[in-house]
This record gives sequence, C-alpha cells and structure tokens, in this order.
Amino acid sequence: MTRFSAWNVIKNGFNGQKGWSRQWRDPEPKASYDIVIVGGGLHGLATAYYLAKNFNLKNIAVVEKGWIGGGNAGRNTTIIRSNYMLKGNREFYEASLTLWENLSHELNYNVMFSQRAHIGIYHTQNALDAAARRYNIMRQTGSDGEIWSRDTIKKKIPHLNFADDARFPIHGALVQKRAGTARHDAVAWGYARAADMLGVDIIQQCELTSIKRSTQKISSLHTSRGEITAKKVAFAVAGNTSRLWQMAELGNLPIESHKLQAFVTEPIKPLLDHVVVFGVAGAHFYISQSDKGGMVFGGDIDWYKSYAQKGNLPIVQDVAECALSLMPCLGRVKLLRHWSGVVDMSMDGSFFMCKTPLDNLYLNAGWNYGGFKASPASGWYFADLIANDRPDKVIQNHDLDRFRRGVHIDERGAGSDPKLHG
Amino acid sequence: MIQISCPFCGKRDHSEFSYGGDGQINYPSLDAAQETWHDAVFLRENIYGRQIETWQHLYGCRSWLLVERDTRTHEIFSVKLAHADWQKMMAENR
Repeated sequence: MTRFSAWNVIKNGFNGQKGWSRQWRDPEPKASYDIVIVGGGLHGLATAYYLAKNFNLKNIAVVEKGWIGGGNAGRNTTIIRSNYMLKGNREFYEASLTLWENLSHELNYNVMFSQRAHIGIYHTQNALDAAARRYNIMRQTGSDGEIWSRDTIKKKIPHLNFADDARFPIHGALVQKRAGTARHDAVAWGYARAADMLGVDIIQQCELTSIKRSTQKISSLHTSRGEITAKKVAFAVAGNTSRLWQMAELGNLPIESHKLQAFVTEPIKPLLDHVVVFGVAGAHFYISQSDKGGMVFGGDIDWYKSYAQKGNLPIVQDVAECALSLMPCLGRVKLLRHWSGVVDMSMDGSFFMCKTPLDNLYLNAGWNYGGFKASPASGWYFADLIANDRPDKVIQNHDLDRFRRGVHIDERGAGSDPKLHG
Repeated sequence: MIQISCPFCGKRDHSEFSYGGDGQINYPSLDAAQETWHDAVFLRENIYGRQIETWQHLYGCRSWLLVERDTRTHEIFSVKLAHADWQKMMAENR
C-alpha cells in the first residue's frame, strides 16, 4: 500500500502516476474469523479499524452485501455537529467531533472535513432561549457554542431571507463553529483503506442469508459467499437491523425502518459558507454547499415505514418550500439528484450500542437520521465494547433494556413514536 | 406518489393522509403485566414486506383507515375503515 505524502505526490508526478497501488485488497472470505462485522458502512468500517488499531486485534472481517459506501454512507447530507444535550449523547457526539478533527491524519486519507460552522436559526426569543440552555449544557462537556444576533447573521450570511414578511423570520442563531461537513465517500474509503492496511478483510458482495445459533451463541453465519464462523459477531446494518435480529431469532426491537431523503442541486458558484439549519412547527431544513458547488439539503423523514431506498414527492415539495423560504435566491436553481436511505428510527431518537441476549453478538443500531456524524465515535466505542466485552461509561445507557428501566434518551421529548424523532 | 383509496372519498394522493403507525399492535388490558406493556409500547416487528398500518385521511373525511401495504415497494393491497362498526355499516350499505 502506498501511503499518501507530499513526497509520494511529487514522485508520482514525475513517473506518470505509476507508483500508486490499489487502495484495499479484495480478499476471498476465510472460513473463520475472530470477529465478523456485518455491514460495511461507515460504522462497520470504523469499528474494524479501531479494533485493529486500538486493540491490536487481527483476524477481523467486515462483510457487506453490496459495496462499501453504497448504503446510508452515500445517502446523507454529510453534516457533522455535536449539539446534543442529554447525558451520554453529548459526551459521545463531542468525542466524535474530536475524532473528526484529526481523522484525515489518522487515516492518511483526506476526508475533507471542513469546520465551516453549524448555524441553527431560531425564529422567536423563546426558541432561542431554549436553544441557549442546550448550548450552555453542551459547553459544560467541553463543546463549543455561541449565540449570534440577527445583525451578526445578516453580516455573515447576507442572502438569507431577512424580509419583514419572511415565513420563517430570523431572530437569532445558535452556532457551533467546530461543526461542519466532510466528504462521505472519502470517509468510507479512508476507513476501509486504513483497516485493510492493518489486516482487516473487507468482503463486498457478501450477503448474510441465515444465522446458525445455539441457545447462547451464534455458531456460524451463512453468506452468499459461503459459511463463516466467528468467535464474535457484530451487527452494524442501520435500516436492516430488525431483519438480522429476526434472522437470529431474537424477536422484536425498539426500532422502525423509515426513509430519509436528501437533495443536491446543479453546481453553482460559492454561495453558502456554512451549514444552515432550522426546524420549527413541522418545517425542518438543513443546507450546505458541497466543494463541487451543489447545494446539498434535506428535511424530515417521509413519515411512513419503508425499506424502499426511494423517496416520495410530498417531502420534495416540503423541502423545496423550506429552501425558498430561507434562501429565495435559490428559486431558479435546478435540482440535480435526490436519494433516499433506510434509517433505523428508535423509540427515543437515540442509538443502541450494547451487548445482546447472545454471548458473542454485539449490536450497533438505531442511529435515526443522524448516523454520519457519529461514525468515528461509533467505531471507537463499539470496538471498545467488542474487545472488552463491556460498554464504556459513556454508552452504558445506550442499551436495549433502557426503556424497561425508564431511561429514555429523548433529545426532542417526542415520546415513543419513531417517526417523531426525524 | 402513493395513492390510497379512501372508502368514502375515493383514490387520493397520500399527501392528504397522515401516517399513524403499526396497525397490528394489540394493546393489552390496563391491568396487564408491565412486561406486556413494555413490549406493546416499545417493541416493533418492523415488517419487511406486507403490513397492516393506520393512516388518517386528515385533509379529507378524517377517517382512520387500516391500510395493507408492502414496505419494500409501497404497493397498497387493501384499505378499510379502522373502526369495526363502520366497516360493518359500509358493507351493509353496499
């Protein structure tokens, strides 16, 4: 594997770029591994990397039914932030943001993490006060957050709608400056390449078809590329978690699969330097501009349960309306593409990272509409859970049993209805 | 666009309807064990395929409906009124 460095870039500039090797191997699956991670998304790949890196474990495989980066890794709006308030969540997402800050160096791969600031717009003083309380709590965990007045926003982002008759009048904003975006494909490829360099087998086009188990353990996994036995098995499959859970005859989960759409316009010249977000009374909208110039944006989930990776028109209309209310200057910009991912919405809007009823099975699921930003910390803490067979203190309440104990990690206070946590 | 055939109003775009949720949950009696309530409130079968779900014709007749739909394709197989008495009334009047 050729490492990326200034020296290698210069050297290959002189030899016709012939000195680069392929980025990761394409191995045949072996008959047995110490650890098999099901799901080659960002969370699965990051978990494999940190298992190898932090715990020096070998003999790990990631099995992916499609291709890496082809699921929700490639179906999001790439926003990274840590503005969570509740205990467990805020430490976790702050740890994730801290890992993002050094990720390109860590992986020797440019994930194009751009700390362009996350601007959360609020429309009344009351909403701003409530948000300020959240940001003050975040700051106690060592995160950053500040309040911008309407005048400051006007100076920094002059082309938002500041008109007197704006549908969503801009009153002020809560800003997290360390937040931003990253290049989603690069994150998948970076983790895959770095994990592969440490000996992890990344096996694509390998679908789990059935699970052989005893009362207490998974004994082997049947895949489209043969039977694989594993000492430990980890699920990281987002929207398809319930299906695997039922395949392992473990019953039902506090999860519903919904779909979330995202959109990108044709590329335009630099217009928006930040991530701008608002959410009020049924309208929910976030927008940023990619490095290629496309305006990348999204809104709510589609509301009804779905495993189809295709979106529906009412959300297209909702999101377009939000876009024009916030940035009327986008009126003539054409939509280039839109896509949809299957997200695992949980009963309280927070994730699950925990041991399971089976001794050698570990679960990573329930990322709702916000799994992208979580990827590094998800891999970090999940690897720790698998290697040490116990959850870190930060994720100790992110287990499946929390509802039995009355511990709801519900940032929105929306209650146990998955569609309300979008 | 998904279209739902409301028994009263006919075929309409799903943007007229509001999704309720899983229509196959049987809520236990009020004095049932806590564990039974836990499972009914928090656990979902999350069906991959055909399921019965509730929708309300919010911008129409406001009836609650039971819709049988495929979660993989969004294809709808049947729509009926959620309230058993109303189902009966509709059948008798037909």
